[in-house]
Amino acid sequence: MNGQNILTVYGKELRDSLRDRRTLISMIVIPMLMIPGIMAVAVGVSTKMINKARGEVPTVMVLGGDDSPVLRAALAADPKLHLVRTAANWRQQISDKQLRAAVEIPAGFDAALDRGTPAEVKIYNYDGELRSGFAVGELRNFLNDYREKTVTTRLVGRGLPAALVKPFEVKTQNVAPPEKVGGNMIGGLIPYLFILLCYTGAMYSAMDLTAGEKERGTMETILCSPVARTDLVLGKFLMVLTASLTAALISMISMGITFVVGGILMGAPRMTAAAKAGPLPMLDPAGLLLVLAMVLPVAVLFSAVLLAVSLFAKSIKEASSYVSPMIILIIIPAMMGLMPGVELNARLALVPILNIALVSKELVSGVFHWQYLALIFGSTCIYAAAALAFCVHLFNREEVLFRT
Amino acid sequence: MIEARNLTKVFRDKKRGEIRAVDDVSFTCRPGRIYGLLGANGAGKTTTLRLLATLLRPTAGGATVAGFDIVAEPERVRASVGFLATSTALYGRLTARETIAYFGRLNGLSDAAVAARVARLADELDLHEFLDRRVEKFSTGMKQKTSIARTLVHDPAVLIFDEPTIGLDVMTARNIVRFVRDCRTRGKTVIYSTHVMSEVEKLCDLVGIIHHGRLVAEGSLAELGERYGVQDMEEIFIRAVGADGEEAA
Ligand SMILES: Nc1ncnc2c1ncn2[C@@H]1O[C@H](COP(=O)(O)OP(=O)(O)O)[C@@H](O)[C@H]1O
Ligand SMILES: [Mg+2]
Repeated sequence: MNGQNILTVYGKELRDSLRDRRTLISMIVIPMLMIPGIMAVAVGVSTKMINKARGEVPTVMVLGGDDSPVLRAALAADPKLHLVRTAANWRQQISDKQLRAAVEIPAGFDAALDRGTPAEVKIYNYDGELRSGFAVGELRNFLNDYREKTVTTRLVGRGLPAALVKPFEVKTQNVAPPEKVGGNMIGGLIPYLFILLCYTGAMYSAMDLTAGEKERGTMETILCSPVARTDLVLGKFLMVLTASLTAALISMISMGITFVVGGILMGAPRMTAAAKAGPLPMLDPAGLLLVLAMVLPVAVLFSAVLLAVSLFAKSIKEASSYVSPMIILIIIPAMMGLMPGVELNARLALVPILNIALVSKELVSGVFHWQYLALIFGSTCIYAAAALAFCVHLFNREEVLFRT
Repeated sequence: MIEARNLTKVFRDKKRGEIRAVDDVSFTCRPGRIYGLLGANGAGKTTTLRLLATLLRPTAGGATVAGFDIVAEPERVRASVGFLATSTALYGRLTARETIAYFGRLNGLSDAAVAARVARLADELDLHEFLDRRVEKFSTGMKQKTSIARTLVHDPAVLIFDEPTIGLDVMTARNIVRFVRDCRTRGKTVIYSTHVMSEVEKLCDLVGIIHHGRLVAEGSLAELGERYGVQDMEEIFIRAVGADGEEAA
């Protein structure tokens, strides 16, 4: 190994890459635009949806209850419900999302209530639809209040205290710091994006430096220079790693800018509100830096694997047919890491990529399990070193360099 | 100086099985001489030259190039060799100057030596006009000159040319031929592969005829003419490779 030669090769590859539009796009432009793009879409869509849903008074249809004017009047008096005229096609209307929900009052409801015999009120909704859900919530609130009022009236009528039916009150209050709430909602996605960008950032560079050289006929030229194969591959590897880390770093910087600019544009209180509502994560900055440190060996691993795989190909097209489907291998473990209930343990800490996805979820929400961090960093370093050694080995094989 | 001893290269191909691309080939190229390796397509010329340039490792046999063993000291061999082939392209996004400097540095030249060498090669090969332009915009002639400068940057003692005139127009091809002669004048050891008979007649001091990986005849033009009783290179070639050479040539 000759450090001078490695640097010479690296310097040339860097200069060469900086003049290549496609490498620049995958290394700089995409990472720069990806996070602000995703943020803008996520924030825009979800705040609009929630605000719209919250802001609207749900349209509700009352079915039956002609002989129960008391309940009907109470329903009509609720400002949080907008009653519409009864129509036969109410099921269709709910399906078409013209009607949020329908409430069915059984015959003789008012009278049954007076007699004290149980009755059943039915709510029809569009399950899983956000605005229908709000309508159901409002209807339930109304009916619960109505029931409690009825009970209280009955108790008072019999000279009993109202506390008889409400022996205790239940209240929920969030005590987690806001970044934990946000972190768990979407925070897991952020490091996953870094991992993905690490891969896509290195992808084009790796193909260009190996299969691309074969395709353009420069591989043979460089191989007949006295530089040792190992120096050559290490110089190239450094370039691919540079592309990978640049992509991750730029996406990180761009995310920082997105938050600052977004904060100014939206105003801090609305940011916090959005974070609480879910779409905007509040992230622990120290955790985020640690994520970047954990991504370092992953970038080495990706760069070495990408270099090895594309070295095997004869053309960029062939290389890309190997390398593009491999994205799945990153997406699946990262997605598994995002699933609720999959938590970090010593065994999962040894599974590449999945371990990073899991630990990142913790890191951005400000939880630091140092022993896992060490285990993950160490194991990823070992995988990365093995991949790099394999890559160097391949580069010393003429069958790979001169494949026909 | 190049000395090949029983050089053999066997490729294992999934479809074609075992291919003896170079089969027990021995020859010697001396300084100040041009050795012509003449053979039809697929005869094994490129493989032989790649073995000498240490791009491939021999299956059996060996060679010394400029006194270094191709198996034991491949990096020192490459440091003494300039290799120019149709398949050795240039980096399109580098300028001619950057290209020459890059290969100079990989050959261990200092920055000062690189600068001096670039200046000198630019003078000799008349590169000044496009020295700082990117290779991707060059004409074939400009690329060829830059390739020659790249080959010569470390002033190698041995020059290996693999069909360097293939696909070139007459003027560019003539430039190459002139340049190969120059190398001889300067006392370099030159090996030159071709399938063009007239190039052999024009250039080579010694000819080796290679067929199906085997060196079937070797000698100066005069010697070969005497041996086969004909003067024309094409006739010599046909007789040397025997009956099955008819379809190969
Ligand atoms: N990397 C390789 N793998 C398998 N077969 C090869 C390889 N390179 C060359 N060959 C085969 O070896 C033989 C000699 O090829 P080559 O040396 O290129 O001939 P020439 O340069 O004289 O045209 C041919 O049959 C060719 O197909
Ligand atoms: Mg050939």
